This record gives sequence, structure tokens and C-alpha cells, in this order.
Amino acid sequence: MKHMALALAVLTVPSAALACEAVTIGDISVRHPWSRATIGAARPAVFYVEITNAGATDDALTGIATPAAGMPMLHETVVRDGVASMPHAASVPVPAGETVRLAPGGYHGMLMGLTAALAEGESFPVTLTFETAGEVTVEVPVLSIRAEKSPCAAAE
Amino acid sequence: MNLRQIRIALWIAVAAALVGVAAMRLLPRDAEVSEAAFRPAFSLPDIAGQVRSMEDFRGRYLLVFFGFTNCPDVCPTTMSEVAEVMDDLGPDADRVQPLFISIDPERDLALGLDDYLAAFHPSILGLAGDAEATRAAAASFRIFYEREEDAAAPDGYTMSHSPALYLVGPDGDWLRQFTYGTPAPDILKDLQERL
Repeated sequence: MKHMALALAVLTVPSAALACEAVTIGDISVRHPWSRATIGAARPAVFYVEITNAGATDDALTGIATPAAGMPMLHETVVRDGVASMPHAASVPVPAGETVRLAPGGYHGMLMGLTAALAEGESFPVTLTFETAGEVTVEVPVLSIRAEKSPCAAAE
Repeated sequence: MNLRQIRIALWIAVAAALVGVAAMRLLPRDAEVSEAAFRPAFSLPDIAGQVRSMEDFRGRYLLVFFGFTNCPDVCPTTMSEVAEVMDDLGPDADRVQPLFISIDPERDLALGLDDYLAAFHPSILGLAGDAEATRAAAASFRIFYEREEDAAAPDGYTMSHSPALYLVGPDGDWLRQFTYGTPAPDILKDLQERL
């Protein structure tokens, strides 16, 4: 039992640490993914992340997939003339040499059709598909429903 | 009047119209801020079914947000700010009442409004009435919301809405708005100066 607990501790600590490190594919690196806990599974959850394109050619995030939700999509919060709306975004441009943030009040992943409520402290994988760089999977920690940013971003 | 004079007169009319249109487009938003105080009003039930109106909150400041719980980005972000403000007000917190007025009441009631709001802060009171009472409440705050059909949204629709937080004074006067994204410390500072 003791060994099992130890093994579990070893297994969970590195994965928590990994959330703060960038995952790279080609010129694209993805870091600081996070989500908010949900109350039940009927409401959509959110997915935020930072994407850096270190290359010389533009790329774009064209889709997200996760076993945590049946219908994950990219959306953008747009506030125009004092009114917020949230249109579907076909893709999120990631221009050469730039960092793009999926963050509160802007682009975000909207995870509809949750398979289960997201509980604080858990994590789930999200696969991001880029037009040029291909696919990359990150483990997304579920933060408090009150979270406003990744703790990794604050630590830097 | 000869033709030339008519032409000049018409051009003057066109110029006047353009100035008018420009003024209409540019002025209202600035004018809104300096506008004389007005008193919003509402009559909406809380989750227990008790009808609440502005008079119930006399003597307290109100932080009012119009939103819907199926909103993954703007609404949780603003409710988080409100929760932070309420925590940081300390003993003054009982002089401020945060209200969440549902603009999507049918679905919000079906999904459960109280559990959702309590997860942010126990002080946030949720109000959800029928379509007519909701329209009237929004109109009295001079804000906008609208249902948008959207096949890519849950249940095939989403809501667009004014995402600001509105501050109402202890006498019921509308005081100001905090635009979406105003950091919690800024809202806190404003409140502390008034309390």
C-alpha cells in the first residue's frame, strides 16, 4: 500500500510539473494549458493555452480534440460596441515569430458535450492540430472555477 | 434661387447630415458616462421564487451582471472578479450585494443557477424571471442582450450581451459601469472609496 502511494505520488508530481513546460512540434511550442472546473457536465468547459511560433512561416491552429468532450470547438469572444458575442473561429492564426494566447476574453476552446464534470485537481489531454506543424497533445490541468490564469504564467 | 445656389444649398445639407451621422455614432458612448443619474428597476424572482426588486437592496451597493451560465469565457471570468472583490472587501462585504441577472432564464433554471453561482461566491444572488421581466430589467439598465441562433453552440443558440458590471448606489442610483476585463483590484479600490 505504501509502495502504491509512493508510486502514485511519483506519477502525479511529474505530470503536474509538465503542465508548466512547453510541448514542441516543429516550430510550434504549446505551453500553460488550463481549464476551469465545471458544475456538472451540462455546461461547456473552457480550454486556454499559449502557442508560440518560432519559425519563419505562419501557421494556424485549426482544431482541438479531447476525450473529455464530444464537441470541442474554437471560439473567440468579441466585444464590439459594448456587446460581447462568441463566434466560432474556423482557425486561430499563429503568425511567424509570435505568441498567441487562448485566454479569457479572447480566443478559447469551448468544450461542449462534456463526458463528465471537470473537477479541480484533475487533468485531461487535448490534442491541438496545426495547419503546418501537425498535431501535438498537452495535458490540461483543471483549476478552480474561479481561476483567471495558469499558475505557470504567474510563476514566470 | 439659381441652379448654382441650389447646388450649394444641397452640398451644405449633405455636409450637415454627415456631421449629424458622425455625432450620432461618436457621441452616445461618451455621453452615457456623463449622463445624469438614473435609477434602474427590476422585479425578478430568485431561485427560491421570492420576487426581488431594487427596493429590497436600499442601503447597499449593488454589483449587477447580466449573463448566462452556459457561457464558458466572459461570465466565469467576471464572476471570478466579483468573487475576488467580495473576498477582499472583508467586513465591508455585507454592504455590497452582487447580482447575477440571467438573460437566458429558462435554460439557466434548468441547469441550476444557484450551484453555479455559489461555486464562485456564496454572496452572489441569482435572479431569473420570465422573458418580459428580463427585457424590462435590461432596458432599465440600458443594456443589450440578444439570442443568436448558432448551430455550433450548445442547444443551437448562444447569447450576445453587454458584458460589463454595473454599480448601483445605496439610494438606487446607477453610478457607473466597470467594463469587461476591469481587474478586481480596480473594482475593489472604487468600492472602498465609496464605502
